[in-house]
Amino acid sequence: MNSTLFSTRSLALAAALLVPLCVLGCATRKPEDRRVSVKGSDTMVILGSKWAEIYMQANAGRTIAVTGGGSGTGIAALINGTTDIAESSRPMADAERAEIQKATGAPVEEHVVARDGVTVYVHTSNPVKSITMEQLADVYTGKITNWKELGGPDRPITLYGRENSSGTYVFFKEHVLGGKDYAPATQTLPGTAAVVNAVTRDENGIGYGGIAYGEGVRHLSVAKAGAPPVEPSEATILDGSYPLSRPLYWYLTKRAPASARAFLQWVTSPEGQGHVKDVGYFPA
Amino acid sequence: MIAFPSKTRAGQRRIDRIAEIAIGLSALATVAGIVLIFVFVFREALPVLVDPATRKTGGLAQLFARGAWQPVSSDPRYSLLPLILGSLKATLVAVVTAVPIAVLAAVYTSEFAPNRLRELIKPVIELLAGIPSVVLGFFALIILATWIQALTGSTVRLNALNAGVALGFAILPVVYSVSEDALRAVPPSYREASLALGASEWQTAFFVTLPAAWAGIFAAVMLGVGRAVGETMIVLMASGNAALVSAPLTDSIRTLSATVAAELAEVVVGSTHYSVLFFIGSLLFFVTFLLNVAAGLMVDRMRQRLAGS
Repeated sequence: MNSTLFSTRSLALAAALLVPLCVLGCATRKPEDRRVSVKGSDTMVILGSKWAEIYMQANAGRTIAVTGGGSGTGIAALINGTTDIAESSRPMADAERAEIQKATGAPVEEHVVARDGVTVYVHTSNPVKSITMEQLADVYTGKITNWKELGGPDRPITLYGRENSSGTYVFFKEHVLGGKDYAPATQTLPGTAAVVNAVTRDENGIGYGGIAYGEGVRHLSVAKAGAPPVEPSEATILDGSYPLSRPLYWYLTKRAPASARAFLQWVTSPEGQGHVKDVGYFPA
Repeated sequence: MIAFPSKTRAGQRRIDRIAEIAIGLSALATVAGIVLIFVFVFREALPVLVDPATRKTGGLAQLFARGAWQPVSSDPRYSLLPLILGSLKATLVAVVTAVPIAVLAAVYTSEFAPNRLRELIKPVIELLAGIPSVVLGFFALIILATWIQALTGSTVRLNALNAGVALGFAILPVVYSVSEDALRAVPPSYREASLALGASEWQTAFFVTLPAAWAGIFAAVMLGVGRAVGETMIVLMASGNAALVSAPLTDSIRTLSATVAAELAEVVVGSTHYSVLFFIGSLLFFVTFLLNVAAGLMVDRMRQRLAGS
């Protein structure tokens, strides 16, 4: 009963707002047909867009708008109520959860919609095949600055990373660097595609990003302390043996319209999950 | 009366008055827009100066102290020195590459080129100003960086040199255009007198016309510097964005403008980091504003002097 009340009210509100704009048709739309906005992680934009594309093809009349901007941007939009679904490549911080609770009176709803492996890229000519988590931390904090310390040639290491607005930046900082700061010499590039592009052109380069990217570069195997190196692949990411895998989240609030819930339901269904691998990520 | 406005003098005057108010309001709206933008940016930056919590890590003393730019950290540090140095390095390279080319091109088109060639060269150079900076940035990221690396043998592909040269492309049209106007504002009598005294054409151009127009050329350079300091997309893409304090031009740099562009989208509103980014915005605003005003004054001065003599 509560939910019907909610949907009629939101329908009335939507109608009141839309009537001056479009005289015909709008008021007769079903609540499931309201436009859904999905916003957040740049890593997840290709995934969200793929889902939206297929979902809209199968359900005429439904509109899904997917935009990026970074996980934090999406979460901020969710708090402000300017997006229905926030995509995030990192779990929501406690402060953000509290703000959702304050704004909507209910805890945020968290859904793991896919899994991603953060992989470490090097140039295809680089002889180094694997790296330990400890070495990786030392490389990115600036303790190790030459490839020969990793069993490679005597050449300096050029560090590539993401901007500090990126969910991948935060994930890597927390899971690899143990919260320590990146070396100041780390070149920060806008987007994983730019990191990959830079590494393909730099024999000394090392970069990190989602496993879905990586055309033209080599992925290093990564070893946990005292364990053999593990190659990033579907099997190792799904069974958790690859150390740098992470869940990708969708966040919704109590305010989410029926249209957003219908989309979420489809995305978590076997059909929606079946498309995750098309863009290089893994089902949740 | 309104119906037959042109029939009477009073009616005409009224129409004039209405038209004047309308265009006056347009002018006012433009100025008000600029003032409002500045008030907004400055207000958001104000905690850097007045808020005790912000001043603990992001006060003026910390911003201008030696240190690192590590805003997202368990121990955030907000030293602007690496960023200021980055902006200076990129601007310096841009000026050194663009100004000689732009000024010599201006001397050529205003003093030597036949009219038809000038009509061709000037629009083509000014067309360069129409290239979106993201396109220049992309060119620098993919192609220019590879050339510069091959030329200098630097280990870092995206560096101050690369970003500066790409910025040079961006400021070249404005420096050229304003220099050209300055040279053409020099009265023909100067050149005639010089030629009559037996100086050759190039002596006239370099020792008479160019010195007479120097204030205008200086203004052109200042406008170019203003554009280079504020330009964002090119440096964001081509400089590597590593906040280093180092002398070599082959090291990566992070500029003030690129920092704001890269970080503002994600920052928590009202946090120290947020205020500091707006402070950087205010700083950029001041610098480019001063450069533009100074350039305007120089041009006026030159006009007056040339008109007076």
